[in-house]
Amino acid sequence: MNYLLLLANAPDAWDDADAVPLDASDDGVMSDWAAYTRALSDAGVLVGGGALHGAGAATTVQVRRGRRLLVDGPFAETKEHLIGFYVIDVPDLDAALDWAARVPNVRTGSVEVRPVQPGSDTATVLSTGRAPGSS
Amino acid sequence: MTGAPAPGPDGIGPEGDGLEVDGQWRSAWERAWRDERVAVLAGIARRLGDLQAAEDAVQDAFAAAAARWPRDGVPDRPGAWLTTTAWRRALDGVRRERRHLLVATPEGDPGGGEDQGQALRGRAGVDRTDPVDDLGPVARDDDVLALVLTCCHPALSPEAQVALTLRHVVGLSDRQIAARFLLPEPTVTKRLIRARAKIRDTRVAFGLPDRAQLGERLDEVRAVVYLVFTEGHLASDTERAVRADLCEEAVWLARQVHRLVPHDQETVGLLALLLLHHARTPAREDAGMLVPYARQDRNRWSHDLVDEARVLLAATTGPSARPPGPYELQAAIALLHAVAAPGDEPDWAAIARLYGALARVAPSPVVEVNRAVAVGRCAGPVAGLDVLRPVLADRRLERYLPLLAAHADLLERAGDPSAGAAWRRAADLAPSAEQRRELQERARRAAHA
Repeated sequence: MNYLLLLANAPDAWDDADAVPLDASDDGVMSDWAAYTRALSDAGVLVGGGALHGAGAATTVQVRRGRRLLVDGPFAETKEHLIGFYVIDVPDLDAALDWAARVPNVRTGSVEVRPVQPGSDTATVLSTGRAPGSS
Repeated sequence: MTGAPAPGPDGIGPEGDGLEVDGQWRSAWERAWRDERVAVLAGIARRLGDLQAAEDAVQDAFAAAAARWPRDGVPDRPGAWLTTTAWRRALDGVRRERRHLLVATPEGDPGGGEDQGQALRGRAGVDRTDPVDDLGPVARDDDVLALVLTCCHPALSPEAQVALTLRHVVGLSDRQIAARFLLPEPTVTKRLIRARAKIRDTRVAFGLPDRAQLGERLDEVRAVVYLVFTEGHLASDTERAVRADLCEEAVWLARQVHRLVPHDQETVGLLALLLLHHARTPAREDAGMLVPYARQDRNRWSHDLVDEARVLLAATTGPSARPPGPYELQAAIALLHAVAAPGDEPDWAAIARLYGALARVAPSPVVEVNRAVAVGRCAGPVAGLDVLRPVLADRRLERYLPLLAAHADLLERAGDPSAGAAWRRAADLAPSAEQRRELQERARRAAHA
């Protein structure tokens, strides 16, 4: 059985160094994030994951009456619930939006497109021991 | 060229450096800023994939030109000189960034993770040998179109699209944009930084979409240009001193886009529409006050702009023409108003037909009100009232002044005794004291008719 863990934070939580220790320190000690990723991997339960760019990089796609509607920003939490996710690897935003506009629920619900930070996918973190976002 | 943006951003260029001015290099610099800046920027931005870094490099190149042209003379091809200089600066910037990464990464892997390495290669390595200083005019036009489309990308908010377009395509400074939109400068700066971050982080490609998508993307561009124009056009008396330039800038933008896609009918329509609106500018102002359309002195309209619009629109009809879109239809309507001889009625029957077509491609209550007025003039007030009836039934439009005024006017023309009361309802909604007095006067006259 696959389970999705959805991570949420207040937008300004990233500024609080104690709350979210992101840095991989120079002496090679893994950050909490890298350590956690390692723990998932060692337990054999990791499917994948990554750090998302901020909400400012989000674009929400809807298709209504065959017309594509884009909104700059994350989807508004109205009556919609998350129902699933895909992670896709395409060269640019337009390609991602084209795929988003083909997700079956896009004609009745919406699909938020958010880039994953380069280098933050779990495979990279595991191979380098570096935490997401520590460039 | 009409409406070319003012030369020079704040802080760089001939004004800023205190040199003894040699007219020749200065005018060459200003010409390059006006005519070459956007192509230079577009070429760098497309190869670098980073709008901010490209803009910084281009600003540096113009500053370098202001320092070196007075000493070394103006190069034969200023655009190529600026492109080469800007490209070198951009590469310097990328190298600095690489060194920074090299230091920050313990393993000494210059790219960090695989993806980061890829991102950097995409931004520098591969393109280093590109002969950027020797691009043909066609490639430069493609670059500019790509830049315009990127600034107007539908994943960006309309405010961000407008700010990016004015900043990077027109070449205004943050401060100039802030002044025109009556916003604090930091608001504009923050908006631009966020928009550029989104372009960078989500990897909006600086490229041309395929033909099928180009039309949709041009819709976004036209909406931005039109929005810029209306911001300037609707400026109130007190705002006009700082905002009216937006009209010039929008016309300049419309000309640029038209030059890039000359056969795109709706872009022709947009340019013609803006020219026709803009033609009225000299007549719109009298002693610092806005003059309403009906009282404008048509002799003060710019007949050159009207003629230009007429020629543009004439070319969109013919056997290969596609059904006209909203901008072309509005332009055709504006042209019929503009070419009516002073004191004569315009061709209301043709205007009513065009509003009918507009109502089919872009239905809105505003269009229906205008169609009712036109029908009222060519087929009589009763026919006009028939058109208006469904619009009047819409409760959301209860306080829409043009609707109430059109209704009152049609009732009055039809000899309906309720016309006086209708004018009074309109007067209650008037935004200015002057307009209220005018509508109350209509109410009195209707009551005595």
